[in-house]
Amino acid sequence: MGSILEFLGSLSLFGWRVLKDAFFPPFELEMFGRQLVDIGAKSLLLITAAGIALGTVMAFHTRSSLVTFGATSMIPSVQADAFFIEIGPLVAGLLVAGRVGSGIGAVLANMRATEQIDGIESLSIDSFKFLVVPRVLACILALPILTLFMDFCGVIGGFMSEYFSSHISFYLYITRAFSDLGWANFIPPVLKTAVFGFIIGTVSSYFGYNTNEGADGVGRAATNSVVLSSLLIIVADVILIRCIFFLFPDSAI
Amino acid sequence: MNETKTSSEKNAVRFEHVSKSFGPKQVLADVSFEVPYAQALCILGRSGMGKSVTLKLSIALMRPDEGRIWICSDDITQLEGKPLSEVRRKMGFLFQDAALFDSLSLYDNLALPLHRLTKRSWEEVEDSVTKVLKQVGLEKDKAKMPAALSGGMRKRAGLARALVLEPMVLLVDEPSSGLDRITASEIDELLLKQKEERQTTLVIVTHDVHGARRVGDRFAVLDDGHLIGYGSAEEVEQSENETARKLVSER
Repeated sequence: MGSILEFLGSLSLFGWRVLKDAFFPPFELEMFGRQLVDIGAKSLLLITAAGIALGTVMAFHTRSSLVTFGATSMIPSVQADAFFIEIGPLVAGLLVAGRVGSGIGAVLANMRATEQIDGIESLSIDSFKFLVVPRVLACILALPILTLFMDFCGVIGGFMSEYFSSHISFYLYITRAFSDLGWANFIPPVLKTAVFGFIIGTVSSYFGYNTNEGADGVGRAATNSVVLSSLLIIVADVILIRCIFFLFPDSAI
Repeated sequence: MNETKTSSEKNAVRFEHVSKSFGPKQVLADVSFEVPYAQALCILGRSGMGKSVTLKLSIALMRPDEGRIWICSDDITQLEGKPLSEVRRKMGFLFQDAALFDSLSLYDNLALPLHRLTKRSWEEVEDSVTKVLKQVGLEKDKAKMPAALSGGMRKRAGLARALVLEPMVLLVDEPSSGLDRITASEIDELLLKQKEERQTTLVIVTHDVHGARRVGDRFAVLDDGHLIGYGSAEEVEQSENETARKLVSER
């Protein structure tokens, strides 16, 4: 129990240092841009494919349930609500935790094992600001953008499925999809993913940056990054949903 | 206090009763030595005897459990943040495997500290990088990524990066490890040139006695965490300690 608390304390201090250092120069804009491309742009294909596939499958299931009640016209709205409020943010968070979290953990652990981090320090460069802060900030910015992509891809996937089942027009599908979706349903869940981004960036950087076990540590850092990031995203999701309901009572369906 | 001041005027690096342990294993026990300006100290010893730790302590990548380490007139064990950065600016470090940044080209590896730590223009940075790469014979390879460099080239690239900020003190970890005799000799030549032409103080950890005797002015022999021999090659060769004599002897 003591070691778990010690670990959580150490992880929290690491996260606090990221937030603190992010506001003081030097600002690593070049590294931030590089990481944004690596974390955001290179995840787009995965997010697009997952969004369309999930949207298509969900529409099949929704149709088979709603057809019993003669409520198939609600499929677009159910689909959009589900994606924008919960499925998009959570699935995007978990997918990025898998792709990016393992990458950050492994890269930093490898840099530690091959003395590249010591090399940066020996050049009078703050390795934490140079390597960790830009990665976490890139995760914080990339996650909401990727989530929006995921949401829209989910809606497109749902439309494709519905088009083949009922030949609904794109205009009608989209009109129905967004008829019940207010800003209170849309903005907080997307912003919630910025917290997921912080979790992914901080946890995976923590494991990568602090490992000191040579080559063995690289694999362990990657695995631990994915497992703990995913777990914390799910826990944070539960907590943040309660916060969103409290702050935006309109968003509670 | 006066003694310390006089000593730091003469010495670029000075260890005072330094001890370091990792868990139950003591890797350095009450080690003291000094390296005068523009001289080279070669640290010899069997593997795992604390030689690389000594280098990392010198640049505060690790902290000693006890003792003080002076770099010029600063006790580096007491420094953090900006003052530590300023002392590190005077130092260069050639790591055993060069520790080049995988994601940057050779040119960018060298340009990074210049952009970050100096106010030089892009043209001046390019001139400085090209000049240093020329010194180590890699001017035609500046666009290459570290993965595309051979072992010898990586070592020379690591040396170029360590030299790019024109350090007063250069720490060198195993300059000849994994290299053939000719390439190792070229590296020794570069180090010798650095010491003689630029008056750089060198602290070299090595297993290569031949190279060490060529470059070094003083020798420190570490065994089981203790300094068992210290002085010129001749002095260590006449030491009462058999291990120290064997490690310094070319025969």
